[in-house]
Amino acid sequence: MPNTDFLLTLDRISQRFGDRQIVQQMSFALRSGDIGCLLGPSGCGKTTALRCIAGFEQLHHGSITLGNQVIASHDIHMPAQNRHIGMVFQDYALFPHLTAAQNIAFGLHKQSKAEQQKRIAEMLELVGLESSAKLYPHELSGGQQQRIALARALAPRPKLLLLDEPFSNLDISLRERLCMDVRAILKQENTTAIMVTHDQEEAFMIADIIGVMADGKLQQWDSAYNLYHRPANRFVADFIGEGAFLPGKVVGDSKVSVELGTIEGEFDQNCQLGCDVEVLLRPDDVVHDDHSSLQAIVATKAFRGAMILYTLTLPSGREILSLVPSHHNHCIGKPIGIRLDTDHVITFAASGTE
Amino acid sequence: MSLATQMTRSVTRRGWRSAAMLISLAVLMPVAVILWSLLSPDPDTWNHLREHLLWELVNNTFWLVLGTATGTLVIGVSLAWLTAVCDFPGRKIFSWALMLPLAVPAYVTAFVLVGLLDFTGPLQTWLRDAGIAWQPPNIRSRGGAILVMVLAFYPYVYLIARNAFATQGKRALEAAQSLGYSVRAGFFKVALPMARPWIIGGVMLVIMETLADFGTVSVFNYNTFTTGIYKAWFSMFSLPAASQLASLLILLVFVIVLLEQQARARMRYTAIGKTSGEQPRLQLRGGKAWAATIFAGSVLLLAFIIPMTQLLLWAKTVVSQDLDTRYFEFLWHSLMLSGMAAVLVAGAAMILALANRYHQDWLTRAMVRIATLGYALPGPVLAVGAFIPIAWFDNQLKAALNYFGFDVGLILQGTLFTMLIALCVRFMAVGFSPIDGNLQRITRSIDESAQSLGISNLQIVRRVHVPILRGGLFTAMALVFVDVMKEMPITLMTRPFGWDTLAIRVFEMTSEGEWERAALPSVAIVLAGLIPILLMNRHAQH
Repeated sequence: MPNTDFLLTLDRISQRFGDRQIVQQMSFALRSGDIGCLLGPSGCGKTTALRCIAGFEQLHHGSITLGNQVIASHDIHMPAQNRHIGMVFQDYALFPHLTAAQNIAFGLHKQSKAEQQKRIAEMLELVGLESSAKLYPHELSGGQQQRIALARALAPRPKLLLLDEPFSNLDISLRERLCMDVRAILKQENTTAIMVTHDQEEAFMIADIIGVMADGKLQQWDSAYNLYHRPANRFVADFIGEGAFLPGKVVGDSKVSVELGTIEGEFDQNCQLGCDVEVLLRPDDVVHDDHSSLQAIVATKAFRGAMILYTLTLPSGREILSLVPSHHNHCIGKPIGIRLDTDHVITFAASGTE
Repeated sequence: MSLATQMTRSVTRRGWRSAAMLISLAVLMPVAVILWSLLSPDPDTWNHLREHLLWELVNNTFWLVLGTATGTLVIGVSLAWLTAVCDFPGRKIFSWALMLPLAVPAYVTAFVLVGLLDFTGPLQTWLRDAGIAWQPPNIRSRGGAILVMVLAFYPYVYLIARNAFATQGKRALEAAQSLGYSVRAGFFKVALPMARPWIIGGVMLVIMETLADFGTVSVFNYNTFTTGIYKAWFSMFSLPAASQLASLLILLVFVIVLLEQQARARMRYTAIGKTSGEQPRLQLRGGKAWAATIFAGSVLLLAFIIPMTQLLLWAKTVVSQDLDTRYFEFLWHSLMLSGMAAVLVAGAAMILALANRYHQDWLTRAMVRIATLGYALPGPVLAVGAFIPIAWFDNQLKAALNYFGFDVGLILQGTLFTMLIALCVRFMAVGFSPIDGNLQRITRSIDESAQSLGISNLQIVRRVHVPILRGGLFTAMALVFVDVMKEMPITLMTRPFGWDTLAIRVFEMTSEGEWERAALPSVAIVLAGLIPILLMNRHAQH
């Protein structure tokens, strides 16, 4: 149901290319001022979903509502140019024959020259490129081009801003800083935005709410915290963060027994006493404890500065991950004492293959 | 590497540059001879030209260039946009079929259309028989010449503009839409300005071809500089008048070359944004889609299908009578000349490309630049420019030998020498670019990785360079072969007496209005012309 609180509502939208379903029955709603993110591996349909919202693709089913107006459904297709939705393209698509300032002015064609000049100056200041106004795109660095593309999209004050993998063409070192910058700029302009990315760290940094997509379907639409700690299904649990699955058995009300002992905590799984489950253990659920009677063998280790991520082999041969402060330096092949430290448990019904 | 091999290597490398210098001198010589005649005008010749010829030539050339440039611009750009960005019935077929007119020399399209639409041609005969009083506009006119040139040359603009639109068109349009512009406004505000350097480059190529054209304007009896040069030389027997005219034409061409290179320099900056595979197309619907199909279809019909059909019909009527030993003599001359020029150009282009690879100094760059300028020089200019110094040298040689008591005739004149020099100069760039492009793919690290694998220098050439270059050499030879086969003015003006090729046969038959008999040699030329298009198509699919 379209809700007045929500700026954008997608109601069971579907899009296909020939016989191939690109987006299937996708629904979510985004509050005004929030930054949403569609996250998923390549080919999951996230960019197509974004292009449906922008108006570059037509829907086969469902509807998209912006404000209180249906902008797309199976028989309505408002042209992209009438939607007041801005877009930052993956390759920025800056107009190479126009300067940075002229690029920003491009969407302001309905305003007077004076208003345009004022808005251009504002936008250049917002993205911190006042001195680059007269430069052409090829004279700007990748990061600068990206910010001009953002300024150009924001200049006409769109109702909604779409960002298609905006950081994928940038250096990793630059990415993190620009992510924070972009979030700050969007919040300062109070812009409602949706970004598409395959990089979860980008998504965590920039978004208020994230939708994980796979095979054209939205798997979960939730906060970063919940995606990590309360994944809705095994795909999300696998895709977000690191972790390992251990087989377990429900032994009582909110109690699961696994190889490492019995875990207590709340879990949503509607499971009968005694049924088999798989328990997700994040690396931070397994802590190092020299005094613990539980011992595992170090299989591999990855140094990460403050922490070391150990892959440990349990007596049963199964592997788990453990994140340990890096001054506890254990050699590969040596035993290490561990214990579980969980405040909640994530379980899934055991799959046949396990 | 021992000192000795190092030394031999540096000697051979310097050898590349010396050879490259010789080649660029061969190009400079005719240009210098022609420009010299501009600096030393003969007052009598000038007055004669001014009174009788010059105004007509300037006026005719101006309108021909203006009309052809405008026509190719409109047709080439619109077809490029439709096939690169939009979708309409038949789009896939049209996008390659619209290149086909490249296979047909403009002079062939010219005589076929003139033959078709002339008073005695099939169309007017049919109209009279059917009792229809309407007469089509006279094809033997300025408008007719422009029409033929547009139909023959629009593919230059079409190919270049399509490439520009395909790499950026749809994405730029989406960006404009997301900023509130309609598709139509986005085309004029964004896609067209972005493609401007490419489009200008294509139109400049068309203008060069128009200025260089000899065969088409001959069919129409429409006097331009090229036919002026020919007539001055072969009707007025005034080589000075011919070279004066050539010097004016060369100045005109240099202006166009400068404009073209400026456009080319701007293309480098404008290449922004990568294409990520096949982008969704703009679906044309209903009437618009059919209008696009009809537009593309009628261009193809007029520029290729109708001329080819008529050509084949005519060829069929004369084949029993004309397919005789003389025809095979023309064919053999054409094949021999094209083959020799192809081998010579490929060899010279290889030397230029190697010099370019081993020497990164300004002198080498300048020499390569000069050596590949020939593509801009109209055939008649090169014919005059090559003939004058070779004839002079020949006469000196004869005099010297006479002085020593040898009585010999002229040595170089009356052989294929002048013609081959002029043809090689004209088509050096055609052979150079594929070879140089392939050689640039052999990076220094390829050489070094082969060396680090313990392969000797000779083996590197055999096992690495030759296989990589083979494709480029083949393309270069094929392109030059076909261009020489189609070439008319240089062959016409510098061939040994009576040594006729297919193109010369076409010229002679068309100047007598014997369209049917011009058809048979034309068919062979068009068939050869299809080769580079097939090559291009193969490249496009990779």
